[in-house]
Amino acid sequence: MSLALRLQDVTFAYGHTPAVLRNVDLDVQRGEFVAIAGPNGGGKTTLVRLIVGLEHPTSGRIELSVDKVGYLPQRAQAGIDAPLTVRELVTAGRASRTRLIGPLGGADRQAVRDAIDRVGLTPQGDRRLSTLSGGQQQRAFIAKALAGDPELLVLDEPTTGVDVEAQEAIAALLQRLRSELAMTILYVSHEFGAVEQFVERIVLVRGEIVFDGPPSALPGVWHDPSHSHA
Amino acid sequence: MLDLEFMRLAFGAGIVVGLLAPAVGFFLVQRRLSLVGDGIGHVAFAGVALGYLLDLPLVLTALAVSVAGGLSIEWIRARRRNAGDQALALIFYTGIAGGVVLVSAAGALNVNLFQFLFGSILTVTRGDLAVIAALGAGALVVIALLYRPLVAVVVDEEGARVAGLPVGALNSLTVVLAAVTIALSMRIVGILLIAALMVLPVIAASRIAWSMRSTMLLGMGIGLGSVFAGITIAYYADLPPGGTTVLVAAVTVLLAETWSVLRR
Repeated sequence: MSLALRLQDVTFAYGHTPAVLRNVDLDVQRGEFVAIAGPNGGGKTTLVRLIVGLEHPTSGRIELSVDKVGYLPQRAQAGIDAPLTVRELVTAGRASRTRLIGPLGGADRQAVRDAIDRVGLTPQGDRRLSTLSGGQQQRAFIAKALAGDPELLVLDEPTTGVDVEAQEAIAALLQRLRSELAMTILYVSHEFGAVEQFVERIVLVRGEIVFDGPPSALPGVWHDPSHSHA
Repeated sequence: MLDLEFMRLAFGAGIVVGLLAPAVGFFLVQRRLSLVGDGIGHVAFAGVALGYLLDLPLVLTALAVSVAGGLSIEWIRARRRNAGDQALALIFYTGIAGGVVLVSAAGALNVNLFQFLFGSILTVTRGDLAVIAALGAGALVVIALLYRPLVAVVVDEEGARVAGLPVGALNSLTVVLAAVTIALSMRIVGILLIAALMVLPVIAASRIAWSMRSTMLLGMGIGLGSVFAGITIAYYADLPPGGTTVLVAAVTVLLAETWSVLRR
């Protein structure tokens, strides 16, 4: 496997406040499915915002070896008043792969249909996002990220506000996407139990990386009791 | 009514204004920047005053100053995201104060500024209509061509940034389009009321539409209808068309809201 991203001695602080993240070293290989977990306020979201380029490190280096990144932000929701259909949302995710000017071409329209199909929302394609359940809405946002054909998919708390069943359905979907599309996935959550059976690594962040290894090596006290995998 | 040339010119300009204002306003409303149009409108007043002072075409000076003001608002907003309303306030009041000082310096406080503030159906000349039609059509073509990336930024600005879209340039383009709309519309709707024509039809449309695209198209239809009705009422009742147009648009919001509540 080749490297997808590397963080070297990364420290980050907002303005002149104490550092949110200190001396973070992290390598992620292409094709890995990595859960980034930790308590609220521990720096998980800051870490992924650094990785996707929305923040810049105070010190240290971040290298991305992938070209296309799909990003599902925390509490993803369309911040608009107008009605928005699933297809319009996913089409917005395709914008980065097409020429900037003019209507969507046939191949791009097919890519949008494929992305909607991959998350199982084809029957809901022309429905308004606001009429879907929380889990379906998150799947629509995952389809939006997929529409850009990303090599790296970064999801920040994708299961917040959805029930345990929907969380596990999303986790299973991500595992399937990873095996079908060979993409690298970073899954950020303080509730990582849903993906524990699928990921190769769990990275625990609490201002710094306090654990980085396979779920089987995770100390028992840190396992998520809301999901049980026999 | 249409036997009179000034009414034909007013309706000609009204077609452009009625379609363009909601088309641009659509992107401002969705980005929660409805008041940006108001802020640029106040800056446009300084542009009108500058035109008086320098004896230049008022539409062009209003356009130049509006574009500069709009880009300033976007520049501050992009760098100090939490200070967006402060940026608006700074540009807003500087514009109106600058306008008063410049108009006074030009000795033009005694001219009929009222028509620029609230619109007039008597002031559109053939030259104005040519400028309004050319720039308005150009702005609508730009929106049609860049609709997809503009929507992508509206739906998820950070996602668009991560995906590599030129978000800063697209946001700047949006405020430039708003500035163009305001400069073109000031003859008909007036500087102080044009922002309402950018916002109210879109709000009404969002209550009855079924998708983003239909929201924009319905908003343009409501904008056009509001301008036509507003100019007609202004003609028969001898009122400023800006006021009548915006009141018609406000009534459509109430009707759309009522319809939206009743169908639930």
